[in-house]
Amino acid sequence: MAKITAGLTSSHIPALGAAMQTGTSGNDYWGPVFEGYKWAKEWIAKPENMPDVVILVYNDHASAFDMNIIPTFAIGCAESFKSADEGWGPRPVPDVIGHPDLAWHIAQSLILDEFDMTIMNQMDVDHGCTVPLSMIFGEPEAWPCKVIPLPVNVVTYPPPSGNRCWMLGEAIKRAVESFPEDLNVQVWGTGGMSHQLQGPRAGLINKEFDMAFIEDLIANPERLRHMPHIEYLREAGSEGIELVMWLIMRGALGEKAKELHRFYHIPASNTALGQLVLEPA
Amino acid sequence: MTLTQNIHEYLAAFDDIPGTRVFTAQRARKGYWLNQFAMSLMKAENRERFKADERAYLDEWAMSEAAKLAVLARDYNAMIDEGGNVYFLSKLFSTDGKSFQFAAGSMTGMTQEEYAQMMINGGRSPEGVRSIKGNY
Repeated sequence: MAKITAGLTSSHIPALGAAMQTGTSGNDYWGPVFEGYKWAKEWIAKPENMPDVVILVYNDHASAFDMNIIPTFAIGCAESFKSADEGWGPRPVPDVIGHPDLAWHIAQSLILDEFDMTIMNQMDVDHGCTVPLSMIFGEPEAWPCKVIPLPVNVVTYPPPSGNRCWMLGEAIKRAVESFPEDLNVQVWGTGGMSHQLQGPRAGLINKEFDMAFIEDLIANPERLRHMPHIEYLREAGSEGIELVMWLIMRGALGEKAKELHRFYHIPASNTALGQLVLEPA
Repeated sequence: MTLTQNIHEYLAAFDDIPGTRVFTAQRARKGYWLNQFAMSLMKAENRERFKADERAYLDEWAMSEAAKLAVLARDYNAMIDEGGNVYFLSKLFSTDGKSFQFAAGSMTGMTQEEYAQMMINGGRSPEGVRSIKGNY
């Protein structure tokens, strides 16, 4: 039987990818960020922690989806996914290799469980998906595990509610646990934390909000399930809404979760960065 | 149990956040062609054509004149007023070889150096910029 063994969160900002590409990941600005990821990198490199499959929850940043198609929840069921060209050429990273058997199983199970998923058989993945892989796995020739990309619309309003995201996570857990093959599956929630990339209020960071979010994500997710979008917008900036995606990860861990590791850093370019490793308790 | 929300109240609340334009359906509709133009820059050949003659390239799109002028001026606040969304517009500043920090900073009225320093100092405090009506 497949099992969800851990949940990770990670920033997915493109500047982290650029830092690796330009060889500046050790400088004064980026060094502390990459140092902060060291724990998770070493943890996941241990054979007992290395997942067979990562369900990678992220938002597409107008790469696979333009204004013509805006799925609230989509799931990548393809054999593989190419790195998207976001205007500066594709990120030079390996293709993301999918797990179509598990992905289709999850898609079917979720639909029966009343989540109306959009099924993607061809999709390029942007920095939202590939930067977390680079941050956790470094720069290998091929990614060390299969990845099921799960894009969530947090760009065009309204995005899904926090509660809906939580429930999707619960349904993903049920779906994974009904897959007959023995697989170690992790769910990653990416994006966040507080940040705003537009308008005169750009640059907003709210450490107090972020800290409370981390605490409650672990121990009191009930508050976050019912936090309205306006509170994210006011407190965590217009792009801080990405944090609803963390609730999919958290919902997939079950009622109780244990914190293995936490790293929080300001600033990573325009954002506050939160990197957590959790496991079901 | 899920709390259902009234869409009118939900949308109206967004106007109460200072210096922020939430990408609502209304903005998405207004900015449809501006955003689709930006998406077209994901292809290298389109980037070349755009760089060769920006005005001629923009004239191929059913965008408002105001949106075209905003693009030519690289005025990101004006583009967002025309319904642009920063993730779509990122294709434009990436074509220019600029970063998210450059684009975000350009919308604040600060210089790039001031903006970068503000971020290093911990970013913009939410104090006083959460709500116009509530002034908190």
